[in-house]
Amino acid sequence: MAEFVFTDEQVQLRSAVRKFAGEQAGETAARRVMESDPPYDAAVWARLGAELGVLGLSVSEADGGAGGTLVDQAIAVEELGAALTCGPLFGTVYLAIPALVAASGAARAELLGDLVEGRRTAAFAVPDRAGVFDPALVTVAVDGDGALTGTVVRVVDGGAADVLLVAATGPDGLGLYAVDATGPGVTRTALGTLDLTRPQAVVEFAGAPGTLVAGPDEAERVITQALQVGAALLAAEQVGAGQHLLDLAVDYAKTRLQFGRPIGSFQAVKHKLADMLVDLEHARSAAYHSAWALTDGTDDPAVATSIAQAVASAAFSRIARDTIQVLGGIGFTWEHQAHLYFKRASTDAALLGSAEAHRGRVAELVLDTATADRDPWVATGLG
Amino acid sequence: MTSDADRVADLARRVVAEHDPNTVPLPEYLAACYDAGLSWVQFPEGMGGLGVSRGLQAVADRILQGAGGPVPLGLNPMGYGMAAPTIREHAQDDVLKKSWLRPLATTEHIWCQLFSEPGAGSDLAGLATTAVADGAEWVVNGQKVWTSLAHRARWGLLLARTNPDVPKHKGLTYFVIDMHGPGVEARPLRQMTGQAEFNEVYFTDARIPDAHRLGGVGDGWRVAMTTLMNERSALGGSGNRRGAGPIADAVGLWAARPDLRTPVLRDRLTQLWLRAEAQRLTSERSRATVGVGGPGPEGSIGKMVGAELNQQMYEWCMDFLGPEGILYHTYNPAEDADWRGPIQQRFLRSRANTIEGGTSEVMRNILGERVLGLPGDLRADTMAWKEIPRG
Repeated sequence: MAEFVFTDEQVQLRSAVRKFAGEQAGETAARRVMESDPPYDAAVWARLGAELGVLGLSVSEADGGAGGTLVDQAIAVEELGAALTCGPLFGTVYLAIPALVAASGAARAELLGDLVEGRRTAAFAVPDRAGVFDPALVTVAVDGDGALTGTVVRVVDGGAADVLLVAATGPDGLGLYAVDATGPGVTRTALGTLDLTRPQAVVEFAGAPGTLVAGPDEAERVITQALQVGAALLAAEQVGAGQHLLDLAVDYAKTRLQFGRPIGSFQAVKHKLADMLVDLEHARSAAYHSAWALTDGTDDPAVATSIAQAVASAAFSRIARDTIQVLGGIGFTWEHQAHLYFKRASTDAALLGSAEAHRGRVAELVLDTATADRDPWVATGLG
Repeated sequence: MTSDADRVADLARRVVAEHDPNTVPLPEYLAACYDAGLSWVQFPEGMGGLGVSRGLQAVADRILQGAGGPVPLGLNPMGYGMAAPTIREHAQDDVLKKSWLRPLATTEHIWCQLFSEPGAGSDLAGLATTAVADGAEWVVNGQKVWTSLAHRARWGLLLARTNPDVPKHKGLTYFVIDMHGPGVEARPLRQMTGQAEFNEVYFTDARIPDAHRLGGVGDGWRVAMTTLMNERSALGGSGNRRGAGPIADAVGLWAARPDLRTPVLRDRLTQLWLRAEAQRLTSERSRATVGVGGPGPEGSIGKMVGAELNQQMYEWCMDFLGPEGILYHTYNPAEDADWRGPIQQRFLRSRANTIEGGTSEVMRNILGERVLGLPGDLRADTMAWKEIPRG
């Protein structure tokens, strides 16, 4: 499968998800659910899993998934992101499912099918430093009987999740555990969030029973894999949402009249939109490159996902800012949808590492290892 | 698709086996490429092509250049990049097309582009060089500027005004002019690097047979668009591996001079590296999805980003070098000196990048109007060309 070339099936997948999201998600749906508890429509989520089958596109058929690739999943996520689809995509689809797929523990089989089918949802209670796992950040301990104790802050989608995947340190080392979020020993406190469609919670464990997902031999690898897949899928979401905003801003610039002419005929506005287009196309290339890299191994996943996050976070944030500017006063109101996407842009940029954090990683991976294979020609003033 | 790719690969392997580019004379090797249909694979058979998808050119180029073949675009840039597609689409008959294309491909005939004038840069359609019909010939008078390779060119792509009484876009006609003919004079134009890559070209009653007109009388603007789209695509679309191209100069400098490194310059360079990489991936994506058709306005993204990045990279190099950067090698180079001089020369040369081949401002207009569909600006030049204010 050549990089960047979509199959007919993938084109059909895109249009099916776009159609569904157009009917079931979008601004109106987001406004309806974003201030309720949980802030999503469980019936729509169940349909995404059971009817459309887009929650586990890269999960093998043996594990209850569609047996596709991460590129398929990225396509679906892009379209869901364009419609600001509410639901635990981040916790369940971007992080928990990829972690389970990469793991071999007992909880895997029992959980994967339910998550993929949309019968249960999950959140990823694993601290990261700008999208990279560091065992030193783990704040939960597990005892010899598999009981977890400790607190994890800012767990995205943690408030309503049925299951929490928790990194915990025990006598044998680091493990990833599945904990029933509604079971004994788990206390969740919802947090107010900038983006009402992407909720967070503080989760406290007090002797909560956990089932092993990944033991010390593989936990770190599994968590890293989940964070990299999550970074690629988050980038796809950013591309979808950025495209939605660019379309919105362009339509407005074509129809909004000032000084007796469409504002899009002014070069100051036109050139801003052209720059947004360039950033969006760059983000699309980087996001799909990372999805292909994780699928085919055509690139170092650490490099590819950091490029994707550095480029897509910056692009979506810029497009969201400039969309409000093109819209003018109406774009600052509560009634216009621009702020919903602007808040999503700010949130996505901060999750799994900011553009700056990933840029720093690219600097380490590329510049700090660069070698001079030939000395560049610098004039010395001597003929 | 696969069988076309196999066929292209087979032909390329045969060419290099029978005409080793490392040993045979260059024109002979390039003629073999042309005769095999590998010069522009999307062209018809017999005209340097095979009638297959444009995307398969990469298959041929990998094999040809992997065996030591040159990049033909570098040897006859206006010929390969712009003249060939324009001739193929608009020349009056197949005999003429073939008689131009083959020596173009072998680089025996270098081509140049005669578009810009002192009074018509971004506003190309406002140009003033005239062509007046005289029997079966046209008589040309006027001045062109920024013509690269005019002094070496055998043929020129000329856009001239044939009717001043209609609005500017409608009074243009496109010709191929013999640069060796009487009344054509090229003078080198010295630029800020000290070199003279470009020329001014003066026409004094130069004559062109009507058979060398491309497209209809008054149809020159549409024909010119073929040339310009291909130019921008050629300027912005070259395939590269990660880290290759101009960013290699900056990263190479960073690697070679640890003593000059600072955290601020490291971050600036990383931003440039990321932008270059995102654009490289975008070019790859555009190449992977291109069909048999010619380049679209999306090529303007690559041209615009590449030009601005090039400037920023050499600005970075100069800031990195500090006081060492403000030295120069010579402002009086040999006539044939390579344009790829030292960093400082590339720094100076890069100022032209956002002007030549369409300014970045024009590129943003193209992206806004042709890709995003935004309305055009209000115009002050819709009257007959001769009534447009000039100065």
